[in-house]
Amino acid sequence: MTSGAPVIEVRELTKSFGPNIAVNRLSIQVEAGEIYGFLGPNGSGKTTFIRMLCGLLRPDSGAGTCLGYDLFREGDLIKLQIGYLAQRFSLYEDLSVRENLHFMARIYRLPRVKDLVAETMERLGLTRFAEQLAGNLSGGWKQRLALAACLLHRPRLLLLDEPTAGVDPKARRDFWDEIYRLAAEGVTSLISTHYMDEAERCHRLAYLAYGKLLASGTAAEVVAASGLFTWTITGENVHLLAAELKQKPGVELVAPFGNTLHVSGYDPEILRAAVADLDQTRYSCAQSEVDLEDVFISLMNNNRGDH
Amino acid sequence: MSHSGFFSFLRFRAVIAKEFVQMRRDRVTFAMMIGIPIVQMVVFGYAINSDPKHLPAAILAADHSVFSRSIVAAMQNSGYFRIVSTVATEAEANFLIEEGEVQFVLTIPEQFGRCLVRGEQPTLLLTADATDPAATSNALAAFRLVAEAALVRDLQGPLAYLRRGPPSLQVILHPSYNPEAITQYNIVPGLMGVVLTMTLVIITGLAITRERERGTMENLLATPVKPLEVMLGKIIPYILVGYVQMGVIMLAGRFLFEVPMIGNLWLLLAVSLLFIAANLGVGLTFSTLARNQLQAVQMAFFFFLPSILLSGFMFPFRGMPIWAQWIGETLPLTHYLRIVRGILLKGNGLAQLMPNLWPIAIFLLISLTVGLTRYRRTLD
Ligand SMILES: Nc1ncnc2c1ncn2[C@@H]1O[C@H](COP(=O)(O)OP(=O)(O)OP(=O)(O)O)[C@@H](O)[C@H]1O
Ligand SMILES: [Mg+2]
Repeated sequence: MTSGAPVIEVRELTKSFGPNIAVNRLSIQVEAGEIYGFLGPNGSGKTTFIRMLCGLLRPDSGAGTCLGYDLFREGDLIKLQIGYLAQRFSLYEDLSVRENLHFMARIYRLPRVKDLVAETMERLGLTRFAEQLAGNLSGGWKQRLALAACLLHRPRLLLLDEPTAGVDPKARRDFWDEIYRLAAEGVTSLISTHYMDEAERCHRLAYLAYGKLLASGTAAEVVAASGLFTWTITGENVHLLAAELKQKPGVELVAPFGNTLHVSGYDPEILRAAVADLDQTRYSCAQSEVDLEDVFISLMNNNRGDH
Repeated sequence: MSHSGFFSFLRFRAVIAKEFVQMRRDRVTFAMMIGIPIVQMVVFGYAINSDPKHLPAAILAADHSVFSRSIVAAMQNSGYFRIVSTVATEAEANFLIEEGEVQFVLTIPEQFGRCLVRGEQPTLLLTADATDPAATSNALAAFRLVAEAALVRDLQGPLAYLRRGPPSLQVILHPSYNPEAITQYNIVPGLMGVVLTMTLVIITGLAITRERERGTMENLLATPVKPLEVMLGKIIPYILVGYVQMGVIMLAGRFLFEVPMIGNLWLLLAVSLLFIAANLGVGLTFSTLARNQLQAVQMAFFFFLPSILLSGFMFPFRGMPIWAQWIGETLPLTHYLRIVRGILLKGNGLAQLMPNLWPIAIFLLISLTVGLTRYRRTLD
């Protein structure tokens, strides 16, 4: 499961819509059995990239393979072995859960369709909704149905575009348990998300902004590579300090976290000085671990100008 | 893992099954598909059944004999005609008919009475504004009988011998503006083609745009399903719908409007397949061009209007300008109308239909090819 060629390997993949470059010379590599997180602000090109991987959009330039097949020439072969969960629910709302799954199973020409659908529904807890129209399911259950639909044919690679958007915490945990179970079976997943806790669950992740890859690696690597340092400030009405702190030299980011403030910057000494300026009797300050979210936000801020 | 293949019957069947379920769920569209033929039949059927009476007529009489007078009186009494004016010149008569003041002009020639008595079979000319044949055809058909019956009463005594010989007078009926003189029976067969064109092009036009609009295309395109499987899979269910519509129209035509159906109905059903498929091909082509469902419907109307106007359904084909006839010849409805009329009214066989079958076949081929090449396999 860990050995062998990468499941996804793309180089300099580019896609524009008119003058707007949605994906800009993106190169990534995803190994077999990996859970790869895909993060980035709205409009950063995550969906566009995933669509190019599953043949829904034609890249303008670049090269790449997916499951060992060429992205440009062997799309039909790729489609047979990937499971794609679109950001927008894209099964038939006027078909029941069972009918949707039957349809998908037949489209992949799977044997024993009836049993397979029954097993899959059982596995994902969909059995009690079997006869309900997909359009009448709640958002979370729709996502689960969509996941079921892309697992039917036992794909080797899952491309999941914001699979947990609008899903409650318990269902999200179930979802991740399922992804881990699949990863243990050797299934690779590429998952786009906006949730930091999910980002931290991924084996590796990539951060995109304005179509460009700004960081990639494990969460720890991304944090380390950012060069960011963070202090946590606690005290009464600590949030009132935010405006003042933002003005100080060396302070890159100020973000409230509950009753604390996270103050981040690139230069540890200047940052220490800025924090030391505060009234130490009223506030307590301590250097803390750098938060992934702070890393992403500073990455985005620093790259805003040059896209 | 099964290999992909160029065309998979299993995938094709899956698409058909899905379309049927969706069709069943979409009650409104389903009702429309069955409802449209019924509504159209009722609307047009009214025109068919109506036997308009008291149509305005003018008399251009150059003879004032007793015979002329009794023919005019008989016309009036028949109920079909209402004499609204008597004119002195042909120019006046033409003016009235062009203006639509009258729908008929009866021209009685000079010396009509004298010629009649001499057994010279004088000629009566009845000119009709036949733009709306449904309105005038009954009156036209009745006139000959009315005129002869009127004279039977007048030709008594010494003139009675004139009744035994050849007809005592000749009647020339001149339906102007509508040289083909389409009769009301033409409408029901024509309606079949019109209804099929309208509903099938619209509904299949929606079939693929709907998948795009609802986002389900995104899922479909990421699966191994092939364009041909999707397109044919979407066409088949609607072919059945087309046949149901034909059935409704033929039953209504037969039992409500007593349209004669002398030809082979199985032959009609068989050749209709080609026409139905041609329309579905157009609809699918539109759906690959349209960005949303509204555009698809607009395109369907863009196709429907020339079809209904230039096919010979609304206006007689031979009466149209040449350029319009050229356009008409390319439309499947034009040929289908001839086929249906040929089979139902004239009892045509396959050999006689050939000249109208191959243009539809070519049209089908072109529309499917365009549709298939236009079918976007990606989202951009
Ligand atoms: N079909 C399209 N036509 C034109 N522009 C598009 C199209 N699809 C995406 N874009 C543009 O490409 C850019 C990237 O969009 P994309 O959907 O890939 O972002 P994303 O990272 O998935 O965002 P989100 O987190 O909101 O889902 C955006 O600026 C978007 O407007
Ligand atoms: Mg997206």
